[in-house]
Amino acid sequence: MFKHFEPNKIFAITSRAPKYVLFLFIIVLTIGLAEALILSPEDYKQSDAVRIMYVHVPAAWISLGTFSSLALLSIGSFVFKNKNFALISKSLAPAGFIFNIIALVTGSIWGKPTWGTWWVWDARITSMLILALFYGMYLLAWRIYEEKEQVVKVTSMIAILGVINVPIIKYSVDWWNTLHQPPSISILSNNSIHVSMLIPLGIMTAAFALFLLLIFLMKYNTELIKIKNKGLDRL
Amino acid sequence: MMNEIILMNGYGIYVWPAFSFTLISFATLYFVTKLQLSKEQKRFVAKFGSLNEEKAKVARSQNINREILSNTFKI
Repeated sequence: MFKHFEPNKIFAITSRAPKYVLFLFIIVLTIGLAEALILSPEDYKQSDAVRIMYVHVPAAWISLGTFSSLALLSIGSFVFKNKNFALISKSLAPAGFIFNIIALVTGSIWGKPTWGTWWVWDARITSMLILALFYGMYLLAWRIYEEKEQVVKVTSMIAILGVINVPIIKYSVDWWNTLHQPPSISILSNNSIHVSMLIPLGIMTAAFALFLLLIFLMKYNTELIKIKNKGLDRL
Repeated sequence: MMNEIILMNGYGIYVWPAFSFTLISFATLYFVTKLQLSKEQKRFVAKFGSLNEEKAKVARSQNINREILSNTFKI
């Protein structure tokens, strides 16, 4: 099944796709920003401070989703011995890390007008900080270790260990008393967020997902060309 | 209208930095990634150019190498 997704076969697509993804990202982001900053209503409690949600929440969702993907790919790389999984993980990680940082910083900025403080060591925020540390370790490991098999093992272990933190982040607001509000959006139950806010949130999430895809494709192409550069040396 | 958007009922000092930080982070990551990609592409083209005719023929037989050459400087 995986032979159809081998780098040599998909490079024709991955090398051409970034310009189209960039174009789509700019369009969706522009609509999202207009909705988030101008067209969406203010909250009856938080007033205009609620607009920070449109960058904070998608960034947090995508950083969690990306790290979960790293863990799944790492398990896949152990089970199927497929080197492409490690390459995909390596290419996903930088964008995931940046989304994690964005979630932390925008969350901190949002905390000041709503809680009266920039930072508090509560369960949700601390577990998100721990996720950023796992991302940091993952990216550093790719730089530190030079031996290919060793780096794949180490980064896979970091991703698999780190993914234990993902459900902790998700349920931290239910398990502990925290300043952080409980989730407003749920797949299984009714949303406590009005549709006028849900639409901009959806558009901004789509824009952020497109940015993740854009960076992933560019990083993936860079990694493939690096491999091909080494191949030319061996000729 | 313009003042309302900028001031945001006094919350503009929080909202604008949050959005600015996000967009600056996006732009930085995009340009750093693009720079790394073009550096690798240029290195590939330089190495390819230094190959002798026989080795170049072998390298050109791989689809991916032809793709890299045709896509260089386009992204």
